[in-house]
Amino acid sequence: MTATVAKSTAHSIVESTPRAKAVAGSLVILYALITILPLVWIVATAFKSQSDAIAYPPKVLFQPTLEGYVNLFTVRTRQTPDFIAKLPPPETWYDKLVRQHDMVIAGPSKVVPRFVNSLIIGFGSTFLAVFLGTLAAYAFSRFRIPLADDLLFFILSTRMMPPVAVAIPIYLMYRQLNLTDTRLGMILLYTAVNVSLAVWLLKGFIDEIPREYEEAALVDGYTRLQALRKVVLPQAVTGIAATAIFCLIFSWNEYAFAVLLTSGEAQTMPPFIPFIIGEGGQDWPAVAAATTLFVVPIVLFTVLLRKHLLRGITFGAVRK
Amino acid sequence: MDKMTTILQPDHVTIPGVSEPAKSRTTRRVRGLSDRAIAWLFVAPTIALLLAINIFPLVWMIRLSFTSLNLSMSYLPLRFVGLDNFTDILSDEDVWIRLQTTAQFVISSVALQVVIGFGLALLINRQFRGHSFWTTMILLPMMLSPAVVGNFWTLLFQPQIGPFNYLISLFTGVPPSSFSMTGEVALAPWTIVLVDTWMWAPYVMLICLAGLRSIPDYIYEAAEVDRASAWRQFWSITLPMTVPFLMLAVLFRAIENFKMFDMVNLLTSGGPGSTTELVSITLKRAAFEKWRTGYSSALAIILFVTVFGAANIYVKVLNKVKQR
Repeated sequence: MTATVAKSTAHSIVESTPRAKAVAGSLVILYALITILPLVWIVATAFKSQSDAIAYPPKVLFQPTLEGYVNLFTVRTRQTPDFIAKLPPPETWYDKLVRQHDMVIAGPSKVVPRFVNSLIIGFGSTFLAVFLGTLAAYAFSRFRIPLADDLLFFILSTRMMPPVAVAIPIYLMYRQLNLTDTRLGMILLYTAVNVSLAVWLLKGFIDEIPREYEEAALVDGYTRLQALRKVVLPQAVTGIAATAIFCLIFSWNEYAFAVLLTSGEAQTMPPFIPFIIGEGGQDWPAVAAATTLFVVPIVLFTVLLRKHLLRGITFGAVRK
Repeated sequence: MDKMTTILQPDHVTIPGVSEPAKSRTTRRVRGLSDRAIAWLFVAPTIALLLAINIFPLVWMIRLSFTSLNLSMSYLPLRFVGLDNFTDILSDEDVWIRLQTTAQFVISSVALQVVIGFGLALLINRQFRGHSFWTTMILLPMMLSPAVVGNFWTLLFQPQIGPFNYLISLFTGVPPSSFSMTGEVALAPWTIVLVDTWMWAPYVMLICLAGLRSIPDYIYEAAEVDRASAWRQFWSITLPMTVPFLMLAVLFRAIENFKMFDMVNLLTSGGPGSTTELVSITLKRAAFEKWRTGYSSALAIILFVTVFGAANIYVKVLNKVKQR
């Protein structure tokens, strides 16, 4: 059984000396610190003012400001403190913030619609992929399906194609169907990409649920569908949740299709973030702020998914 | 199309396409829908979706690859040119150079990731205090969007304001604005390798870790009884038993790197000149900038066949390794 092999973790030999452990530990920690340094820098940049962000030498200590976030979300057109000083009272919280911190507002920003697109396309495609994937995975796991191996391999092979290559015919097809730059088009596309992962992962999870449970339910007079709903699904719920998060992360992070097939209406965050332009070029604090907001859910999910990570990223080919 | 068949040792490693041990499959009729009807009903929507979004476009692309279609001049009638696109591509020296660039990137990047990933896995496997926390930290980069990664490394690599050049100059004394990681012919390819490794070495590490943890204790205990040195144990137990996992990691990384588009597009967009122009960038330019649809369809098919063929051959080798 899979689980039993994986549990025999600690080797007596490797366990041996405390000194070896200390050396290994410090090397790993050093590597980890170097790894997260770039991320820390971005999170810090989000709280810098425009001038601090492009200062030389790069500033490690700085006066934190919300300029990046305000610029990211503002729907107003360009404003300076002088302009705001001339506004008639009453002063809004926003004007006050800008005046007090001597900010320059670059706006207006499109971040909210882009974020909403990411949410709708991400959750929409995840829901569909997990729904279709659960059904197919259950069938592959429990029934004799002719050419099951070929079908499974076909499902997997759809992932081997470079997205740039698939984008060409999809673009042409979508143009005919009026699906270019629509949320529906992107949802369908991401569902198709995610469903292969969902089938593979969920098949692994469902395989691990003993068939005896359902068989007992069938003997008790349940129909197949009832047995699926009342016996199998509750058992598979962790697996389904993990699969859903992997699908969500994929659609959340996807860039190639998004940049080639969307331009406005259905554009998601990844192609949008690099092009947040302030006055006189890239507005790095706003870019960093957007990156931070965009990355926070992923960081949380990574922590949540620790146990399933290996499965998810290897298509279930390696199980822990 | 060859199938990826049985693979790898312990039974918690399976590969895509592998047949599972036969189960007692009962096709019986219970109340409600028959099992067979349910099976088809459940599988059909997925297959239909994949046919619509993957296979239909693929077939269309094959058809287009024999035409001279150019979308910026789509008023021209669709003209079939036979294998002209394919011969054009295969006789074009530039395409071969792009393939070479891609191969160099894939090889150096995957090699570096395997070395670092395997090393890290060996270290983490020592189970020092807090190892699971630091493992999670190391795993973060690979969960991020390659687009976001490419974008913020662009900031870190800015010669004038970026912390990377500043740090290098602190340690070496080279003036920070005297070199540009993304803008110099000699550096740009290594920049791509560096960022890709930063992002994906953890992936190899994770797979290696699974490999290391699948080696049963008693083998080491037996070796200990035989008084095998630590070095000897590594070469005759640890390494050989992790090799199938390493090869799996190489397979997955190589396919992904071969297709790589997002990160490079943002970091260097193929430049400077064409030093980092991977085939996927060439493909994007031909398809979405020059709008040479027929030509780029042919190129896409050549790429697909290459990945598919290489992956299949590799899996055969992998099976041999397993059987040894």
